[in-house]
Amino acid sequence: MSLNANIPSGPLTQKWEKHRFEMKLINPANKRKYSVIVVGTGLAGASAAASLAELGYKVDAFCYQDSPRRAHSIAAQGGINAAKNYPNDGDSVYRLFYDTIKGGDYRAREGNVYRLAEVSNEIIDQCVAQGVPFAREYGGYLDNRSFGGAQVSRTFYARGQTGQQLLLGAYSAMMRQVGLGAVNLHARTELMDIVIVDGHARGIVTRNLCTGAVETWAADAVILATGGYANVFFLSTNAIACNVTASYRAYKKGAMFANPCYTQIHPTCIPVTGDHQSKLTLMSESLRNDGRIWVPKAVGDKRAPGDIPEADRDYYLERMYPSFGNLSPRDISSRAAKRVCDEGRGVGASGYGVYLDFADSIHRLGRGTIEERYGNLFEMYERITGENPYTVPMRIYPAAHYTMGGLWVDYNLMSTIPGLHVLGEANFSDHGANRLGASALMQGLADGYFVIPYTIANYFATAKTAKVTTDHPEFRKAEAEVRARMQTLLALNGKKTVAQIHRELGDVMWEFSGMGRNDAGLRKALERVPVLRDEFWNNAKVVGQGEEMNIALERAGRVADFLEFAEVMLHDALDRKESCGGHFREEYQSEDGEAKRDDENYAYVAAWEYAGVGVKPVLHKEELEFENVKLQTRSYK
Amino acid sequence: MASIVSYLKSSILSKVVMAATGVVLVAFLSGHMLGNTQMYLGQDKMNHYAETLQSLGVALWLIRGFIFLSVVLHIVTSINLKIINMRARPVAYVQKNWVKATIFSRTMLWTGVMIGLFVTYHIMHFTLGTTNPGSFHLTDAAGRHDVYTVVLLGYQNVAISAVYIAAMILLGFHLAHAISSAFQTLGVNHPKYTGIIETGSALVSLVIVCGFISVPLGVLLGFIKPVAVLAAGGM
Amino acid sequence: MKLTLHIWRQKSAKEKGAMATYQVDHISPDMSFLEMLDTLNEQLILNSEEPVAFDHDCREGICGACALTVNGVPHGPEAQTTICQLHMRKFNDGDALYVEPWRARAFPVVKDLVVDRSAFDRIMAAGGFVSAHTGGVPDANAILIGKDAADKAMDYAACIGCGACVAACKNSSAMLFVGAKISQYAHLPQGQPERKRRALAMVAKMDEEGFGACTNLYECEAVCPKGISVAGIALMNRDFLRAKLTYVETKTGGA
Ligand SMILES: Cc1cc2nc3c(=O)[nH]c(=O)nc-3n(C[C@H](O)[C@H](O)[C@H](O)COP(=O)(O)OP(=O)(O)OC[C@H]3O[C@@H](n4cnc5c(N)ncnc54)[C@H](O)[C@@H]3O)c2cc1C
Ligand code: FES
Repeated sequence: MSLNANIPSGPLTQKWEKHRFEMKLINPANKRKYSVIVVGTGLAGASAAASLAELGYKVDAFCYQDSPRRAHSIAAQGGINAAKNYPNDGDSVYRLFYDTIKGGDYRAREGNVYRLAEVSNEIIDQCVAQGVPFAREYGGYLDNRSFGGAQVSRTFYARGQTGQQLLLGAYSAMMRQVGLGAVNLHARTELMDIVIVDGHARGIVTRNLCTGAVETWAADAVILATGGYANVFFLSTNAIACNVTASYRAYKKGAMFANPCYTQIHPTCIPVTGDHQSKLTLMSESLRNDGRIWVPKAVGDKRAPGDIPEADRDYYLERMYPSFGNLSPRDISSRAAKRVCDEGRGVGASGYGVYLDFADSIHRLGRGTIEERYGNLFEMYERITGENPYTVPMRIYPAAHYTMGGLWVDYNLMSTIPGLHVLGEANFSDHGANRLGASALMQGLADGYFVIPYTIANYFATAKTAKVTTDHPEFRKAEAEVRARMQTLLALNGKKTVAQIHRELGDVMWEFSGMGRNDAGLRKALERVPVLRDEFWNNAKVVGQGEEMNIALERAGRVADFLEFAEVMLHDALDRKESCGGHFREEYQSEDGEAKRDDENYAYVAAWEYAGVGVKPVLHKEELEFENVKLQTRSYK
Repeated sequence: MASIVSYLKSSILSKVVMAATGVVLVAFLSGHMLGNTQMYLGQDKMNHYAETLQSLGVALWLIRGFIFLSVVLHIVTSINLKIINMRARPVAYVQKNWVKATIFSRTMLWTGVMIGLFVTYHIMHFTLGTTNPGSFHLTDAAGRHDVYTVVLLGYQNVAISAVYIAAMILLGFHLAHAISSAFQTLGVNHPKYTGIIETGSALVSLVIVCGFISVPLGVLLGFIKPVAVLAAGGM
Repeated sequence: MKLTLHIWRQKSAKEKGAMATYQVDHISPDMSFLEMLDTLNEQLILNSEEPVAFDHDCREGICGACALTVNGVPHGPEAQTTICQLHMRKFNDGDALYVEPWRARAFPVVKDLVVDRSAFDRIMAAGGFVSAHTGGVPDANAILIGKDAADKAMDYAACIGCGACVAACKNSSAMLFVGAKISQYAHLPQGQPERKRRALAMVAKMDEEGFGACTNLYECEAVCPKGISVAGIALMNRDFLRAKLTYVETKTGGA
C-alpha cells in the first residue's frame, strides 16, 4: 500500500487556503443527512463534536469518563501557543511553524505544521469568545508568557489550568449542542472495536461501563480523538484510564500506526516513591524559569541538600547547555537527568531524582514573588511529598508524558481506513519526533475546530457511501467478537492481578524503550513483552461479571491491548536507527552525548501495518519533504 | 395559581420568600422589642404606647395582617423547602461530619418550630388573654388597658419568664443564622461588606434577644416594679 | 500503617447497599488515599472478591472524577484537596475510616462508591455556555477584559465539577456548582447577552434534577477542593431574581 498524504501542491503559505477552496462542500440542508461518531471528548473530540453539530451534522459523542468534561486534556497546565505576536517580540505564523518543525527534529510534515500555525490564532479568538478566562493585563489585553524554551512569548494561559479552561470551553460548546439535540452524548461508554463495511469505517462497538451492555452504532464517518498511549509505561503523567484501545483496535482493522516509538518524557515530574505508585505528577515546566537544576558533583554524596556547598554542586544543564540552561527542551533536559542519575549522582531515597532549587530565586526576588508565581504548584508538591519546597529543593525526575506517535493520517486527518478520521494526540501528525510545550492543546483544537469541519465534508461529498444500519452482518460480527473477548477475559482466573502485569510491562518499556534505547535492549524487550502477554492470558485474574460495572474487566481490556501494542512500539524503535527528538538511540549520538539524526536514511514517517499478534508489522514509509526549511542539527548549546 | 406552584417548585424563589418574609419579621421583632422596653419607662408610658397602637384601628389590622401573612408564608415556605431538601437526600450518610456549618444554621427548622409554638402561646397570653384571663382585663388610673401590669404580673411568674427567656434564646439561635443568611439569599454578598454584614447581623440578633429578655429579667430582678410599689414611693 | 476501613458496598443502583469492613496493612505514608484503595482492591481481587468501585482518573486534583467521603466529609480531612491528592501521612496508624459515596437523589449510586453525576452535564446543556459557534468571532484582543474581572471569572471557572458541594450540603443542593458557572460568565462581557436566559435555564434545570435548596450553611465552600466562594450563590440568586422579574423572551415570527 502506498501512503498518500494528500498534501496540496503549491507554496507552503497557500496550501490550506487552496485546499479549502478545492474541497467539496455539502449543502447546508443536506448536512443533517450525515451522521458522525466522535469517540473522545478531550480538546480534539469536544471541539469537533461541537463544530460538526453546529454545521448541522448528526453527532454521537462517546467517552469513558462519567462526564465529557473529565477528558485528560483537563490536566494540561502550562498553556497554548499561538502566533498572535501580541507582545511585539518578533513572532509570526512562519516563526511558529519553523519552531515547531525544528522542535520536532524535522520529522513532521511541513504542510500540516504550517496549517497548524496558521489556525493557531483563530483558536485563541474562538476560546475567548466562549468565555475562556485567559490571563489578562490590567488594561484588559491578553497576557502572554514564554514557555517550553521558546524565544518569544506566545503562550496564552489561564493560571496553571489552561487545559481545564480550554476543555471547559469546548465542552460547553458541545453541551450546548447536546441541549439542542444535535449531539447525542454517551458518557461512560468505552469503544471496544471499529466496524468496517466495504472498506469504510462505518461504526463502532461499545461497552456501557455502568451496565456492561455491549452495543453497536452506525454512522457515515467515525472520528477517533482518544488521546495518547503513554500509559504503556504504566507510570506516566497521564490519567489512569488513558489507553491505546481505540487506536489499537483501529490498527488491527487496518489503520496504520505511525511513529509509535516517538514518546515524550517530561523532565519535571515528582519522582517515584514506591511500588504503590499509580501515576506520576507533572510539575509545570514553568518552574524551570526560576528554579535551578543540580545534583551533587560526587557520586554517592548523601548529604542533605542544604549541607552541600556550591563548590560540590553540579548545575549540569547550565554547564552543558549554557545558552538555554535550565530551559533546555524537554528531551534534552530529561536525558541529562537520566545521565547524571545513572552515574550514581541522583538524589532522594531511590537515587532517581535531581534537585530543582529555588533558593537563588527566593533570594533574588523574594519569597513573595515566588509564591505569587508558583504558589499553587509549591502547595501541590508539598501535599504529595510532605516537603516544603521553599526551604528544601524540590526533587524531580523525568516521566513519560506525551506520545507524538499515533494513527497515521493524511492532510485531511483521515487514516488509511477511509472514513476513519483521527484527531488530537491520537494521530501522529504535527509534532514530529518531539513536541514543544503548549502545542498539544493547539493541535487538538486546531484539528477539532478548524480542520475536520472542512475535510469531513469533502469526504462525504466524494466517498458517497451507501447508508448502513447496525443490522449489517459486519456489525453483528464485530459485536460477537467483542463479546467473545470479554468472556475470555472474564474467565481469566490466575494468580496475578492485571495491575501487576501492567506494572511489569511498564518496567520493561521504561527500561528498554524509555529515555534511552539501544539495539540489545530493544531486542530483549521484544522477547520479554510476548512472555508477559502469555502470562496475562494464562495467569491473570479478572473477577466479576460482564453485565455490570466491572472495573477489573475494564482494566484487563486496556492492558491486553497495551501488551500487544508495546511490541509495535519496540519494532519501530528498533527499526529507526537514528536518534531524533524523543527517540534516543544510544548508538547514535555525538561525542558529547547529543542525538544524531540520519536525515539521509530516516527522514520518513514510519507507518506500521498490522500483520498479526506477535508478528512484526509491515513497515510503510512516507518520505518527508522539506521544501522550506533546511534540516539542521538541533543545537541548544 | 400557576405562579404559586412555580414559586413552590423553584428553590430560589422559595428562598427569596423565606428571606423577604424574614426581613419583615425581623423588622417587626425590632419594633416589638423597642416597644417592650417602654416597660422601663413606667406604667404611664407603657400604657400610653399600647393605647396609641390600639388607636391605629384599621392600620393596626393591616399591619397585623401583613405580619400574619409573612409568618404564614415563612412557615409554609419553610415546610415546602424542608420537603424538597429531605427528598434530595433519600439515603443518609452512615457517618456525617461538619466542617463549617454551625449548630445554629443546621437547626433552623427546629428553632423555628419552637419559636412558632412559643408565639402561639405568647399571643394567647398577651393579645387574646386566653391563658391568664384573670389578670388580663386590668385598667390603669386613666382607664386605659393596663398593659404594664398585665406584663408585670405575667413575668413575676418564674415559670412563664423561664419559658419566655428560653424561647428568646432559641430566637437568638434562629436569628444568628437568619439575618446574614437573608442578605446572601437576596444576593447581597460582597467581599468588602461580608464582614460588616456578618458582625452587624450578629449584633442585631443579640440586641433583639437581649432587649426581649431584659424585660422578664427586669421584672424578676426587681428593676421593673409593680405600680403599687411605685406609688408607695419606692425607687 | 494499618487501617480499618468501613466502606459502602452496593452492587448496583437497584440493590440496597451496606457498609463492609476491611483491614488494610502495609500502608505507606507516601501513598495517596486512592493508592491505598488500590492496595485494598489488589487484595480483594487475589481473594476472588470484587474490588471496590470508585471514580477517579487524573489523580492530580483537576478532572473532578474522584468522589468519596471519608468520615462524613467529602474528599476527606484536608482543606482544598481532592481525595486523589490526599496522602496517607494525614492519617494515623490504627485509624478506622468510614468511606461512603456522595449521597444525593440527583446522584444515584451506580456501584459501591461510584455515583451518576450526569445531572451536572444536563444543567450545563441547559445553559452553561456562551452561544458562540465556531468561526466568525472577533480578534481575542477586541474584547477587553480587565485583569480583575478575568481573575474573578477564573476563580469561579476553577470548579472541577466533582460534586463535593452537593455531597457536603445538608440539602444536597447544587447551588455552588451552578452559581460558579453563572458567576464565571456574569463577570465576563461575553456572558452578558445571554445572562438572564442562562440564569433562568440553569436554575430551572437544577431544580428539575432534584437537588435541594441552599440554606446558607456554607458547608459546600468549606469542602470545595477549589475553594469556590459562596458569593457565587448570592450572585446567582440576584441574577435569577432579576431575570425572573424582568425577562421576557422575544418571539419573532415569519422569515
Ligand atoms: C499533565 C499534563 C500536562 C499537559 N500540559 C500541556 C500544556 O501545558 N500544553 C499543551 O499544549 N499540552 C499539554 N499536555 C498535552 C495535552 O494535554 C494532550 O496532549 C491533549 O490534551 C490531548 O487531547 P486529546 O483531545 O487528543 O485527548 P484527551 O484529552 O486525552 O481525550 C481523550 C478522550 O478520549 C476518550 N477515550 C479514550 N479512549 C477511549 C475509549 N476506548 N472509548 C471511549 N472513549 C475513549 C476519553 O474519554 C477522552 O474523552 C499535557 C499533558 C499532560 C498529561
Ligand atoms: S482523580 Fe481527577 S480530580 Fe481526583
